[in-house]
Amino acid sequence: MDAILLQILNGIDKGSAYALIALGLTLIFGTLGVVNFAHGALFMIGAFVAVTVGKVLEISKITLDPEKTDFLGNPAKIKTPYITEWFGDFGFWLIEWSVLVSVIVAIPIMILIGVIMERGLIKHFYNRPHADQILVTFGLAIVLQEVIKAVYGANPIPQSAPDLLKGSVDFGVMIGMAENSVIYPLWRLVYFCFSVLIIGGVFAFLRFTTFGMVVRAGMADRETVGLLGINIDKRFTIMFGVAAAVAGLAGVMYTPINPPNYHMGMDFLVLSFVVVVVGGMGSLPGAVAAGFLLGILESFASMPLIKDAIAAVGLPSIDQIIIYLIAVIVLLVRPRGLMGKAGMMEE
Amino acid sequence: MNLMKDRLLLIIFAAVVLAAPLIFAPTGAAYPDLLQRFAIYGIFAIGFNILFGLTGYLSFGHAAFLGVGSYSAVWMFKLLSMNIVPALLLSIVIAGAFSLLIGYVSLRRSGIYFSILTLALAQMSYNLAYSVLTPLTNGETGLQLRLDDPRVLDAAGDAGSLPSTNFFGLEMKEVFWNPTIFGYDLQFNWGYYVCAILLIASFWISIRIFRSPFGLMLRAVKTNQTRLNYTGINSRPYTLAAFVISGMFAGLAGGLLASMDPLAGAERMQWTVGGEVVLMVVLGGMGTLIGPILGAVFIKYFENIFSKINDGVLHGWFAIMPEWAENAMVLIISPFVGKGWHLTLGALFMLVVIFLPGGLVDGAKRIGRVVTGANRRAAKVGIE
Repeated sequence: MDAILLQILNGIDKGSAYALIALGLTLIFGTLGVVNFAHGALFMIGAFVAVTVGKVLEISKITLDPEKTDFLGNPAKIKTPYITEWFGDFGFWLIEWSVLVSVIVAIPIMILIGVIMERGLIKHFYNRPHADQILVTFGLAIVLQEVIKAVYGANPIPQSAPDLLKGSVDFGVMIGMAENSVIYPLWRLVYFCFSVLIIGGVFAFLRFTTFGMVVRAGMADRETVGLLGINIDKRFTIMFGVAAAVAGLAGVMYTPINPPNYHMGMDFLVLSFVVVVVGGMGSLPGAVAAGFLLGILESFASMPLIKDAIAAVGLPSIDQIIIYLIAVIVLLVRPRGLMGKAGMMEE
Repeated sequence: MNLMKDRLLLIIFAAVVLAAPLIFAPTGAAYPDLLQRFAIYGIFAIGFNILFGLTGYLSFGHAAFLGVGSYSAVWMFKLLSMNIVPALLLSIVIAGAFSLLIGYVSLRRSGIYFSILTLALAQMSYNLAYSVLTPLTNGETGLQLRLDDPRVLDAAGDAGSLPSTNFFGLEMKEVFWNPTIFGYDLQFNWGYYVCAILLIASFWISIRIFRSPFGLMLRAVKTNQTRLNYTGINSRPYTLAAFVISGMFAGLAGGLLASMDPLAGAERMQWTVGGEVVLMVVLGGMGTLIGPILGAVFIKYFENIFSKINDGVLHGWFAIMPEWAENAMVLIISPFVGKGWHLTLGALFMLVVIFLPGGLVDGAKRIGRVVTGANRRAAKVGIE
C-alpha cells in the first residue's frame, strides 16, 4: 500500500509539469489551431526567469573587511546584497523566497512573450499549411533555446527552494499511516498543489468569466462568434499569453526540482505532445488527466515490483518507453484520445 | 525534352560531385571527412525529400532510421566482414523494415498528428536504444568494433589493430591520390568516392521517382488528399511506399556514416537529428530535386566553418577598425558564431520559412528572374 502511494507521489510531480505544459499546448491548439513546437521553450524561459530573478536579488555590494584577511593576505570581501541593505529583513526574506518572487515576475513577462509571439509571428501563419506552422515554431524553439544558451551557458544552474519548504515530509503520518513509510520531498508536494491551483484557476477563468465564456464559444465556432461582432482574435491572442504564462510558471516552480538547463524545454516538449495526444487533441480536461496519468504510469513502470513482474512474463523492461507505448496504443485503438471530441484526430 | 533535361542535370550533378575535392578546395572544405558528410547527409536529405517534399507528410522521426542503419552496419562489421557492401545492404534492409513498421502505425493519421506520432515513435526508439536494447546497441557507450569480433568472412588479419572498413580491399580512409593543384593540397580518398557514387545513384533514383506516375500520385496526396480519396484511390499504400523509401535512404546514410567511422551511438537517433534533416530540406527547397542536397551541404559547411570562428578570429577580422568599434562588432557577432552556430541556423531557418518557403532554390530562381528581367517581361505580357 505505502509502496503504491509512494509511486503515485513520485509520479505526480512530473505529471504536474506534463499537465501544465499540455494544458497550455491544448489551449493554443484549441483556440488558434496551431501546434506550438516552441511551447517547451516557453517552459524553459519560465525556469530562466527564476534564475534571473534569483541573480538580480543577489546582486551584492562588495565591501572590504579590514580586520580579516583571506589566505593571500588581502582584506576579506564581504558581500551584502543591495536588497538587504535597502529593505533589511524583508530583503533577506525576498532572497529566501526568490521562487515566489519569480512567480510574480514571470506572469507578466510570460504573457508579454506569448502575446508578442502570437502577434509578431504566429498570426502570419494561420493561412499557411500546418507543416509551415510546425516548422516556424520549431525554428523559434531552436532560436530561443540557443539565446538562453548564449546568455546563461550550457550548464544547469541549480536553484534552491526556500528553507521552510526544503527537506522531506513524512506523508504517511499525515494520512494516518505508520511513520517513515512514505517520505516525500516537500517541494514536490508544493509543486503538485501549485499546479492544481493553476489548473483550477485556468478552468475557473474559462468557466465562470464572461471572457472565458466567449473564448469557449470561439473554440466551438470561431466564425459565428466573430459574426456576432466580438473581436475573437484579440481574445485568442490573450489566451496565447495565458498559455505561455502557464508554461512559464510550470518552469519557474520546477527549478528547485531540476536545475534548469537550456535543453529542458525540448526534453519536455516531446512528452507533452504525447500527453496531449493521449488526452485528446483540443480537450483541456483530457490534457490534464493524461498528464497526471502518464506521470504516474511512468513512475509505476519503474517500480522494482512491476519490473520483476514484467520480467517474469518474459517481456523486456518498459519503464523508459511506457509513455510512448501508451500513446501508440491509444492512437491505434482510440485515435481521438481519452477525452477528445468525436472526429478529432480521426482523419 | 524533359528526359534530355534530366540527363543533363544528372551529368552536371555527377561531374560536380566527382570533382568536389577540387571544387571545394578554395572554400577550405575539401578534406575527406567533411566531403563525406556532405554526401551522406545529402543522401539522407534526398530520401527525406521524397516523403516530405512530395507528399507533404512532415516526419520528425527519421533520425531513428539513420540510427538503425548505423547499428546494422556496425553489426555487420562485427559479425561478417569489414567489407561495406553487406553492411550497407543490411542497413538499408533493416531500416526499410523498421520504417515499414513505424510508417504503418504513424500513417494512420495525417497532418500534425502524423508529425507528433513520428516524433513520439522516434523518441521511443531512442529510449529503447538507450535502455532495453542495450545488448544490441551497447547503450550509452555506443556500439564499437572490437578485436575479438568474429568477422567470419574476413581472413584473420594482424592481431593487435582494428581492421578498417573497405570496399573489396579499397580502404575507406585511404587517400589514393594526393596531388597539389593550383596550390591547393588535395586529398582524394576512397570513402568519399563511395559516398559520391551512392549520392549520384540516389539523385538518379530521386529524379526517376519525381518523374514517375508514382511521384505524380505522391504530389496528388500533397495537393489534396481528401479529393484523391474521393476519386476512389486508396492513398495509403503510396504514402507508405514513400515513407519506406525515405526510411531506406536514411538507413543507407546511417550505414555510410558507420562505414566511414565504424561506431554507432544512440544520440544519432535523437529527434533533434531528425529535426536537422527537416532543416536541410526546407532550407534547400522542399519538393525540388537539387534543394535537399544544397541544404545539406549548406548546413554541414557552415556548421564546420562557423563553429571554428571564435573571438580571436573575429578580432582579427575587425582589427582595422577603431578599438571600440572592433569590440562592439565582436560582441554583436560572437553569439552567432563558434558555439552559437545553432542560433544562426535557427534564425536563418525561421527567415527561410517565413519569407522564402521555397528555400534556397526558390531564392535563386527569384534572383534569376530579377536579373534576367523575366518578371517585367511577364508583367508586360499580362498588360498586353
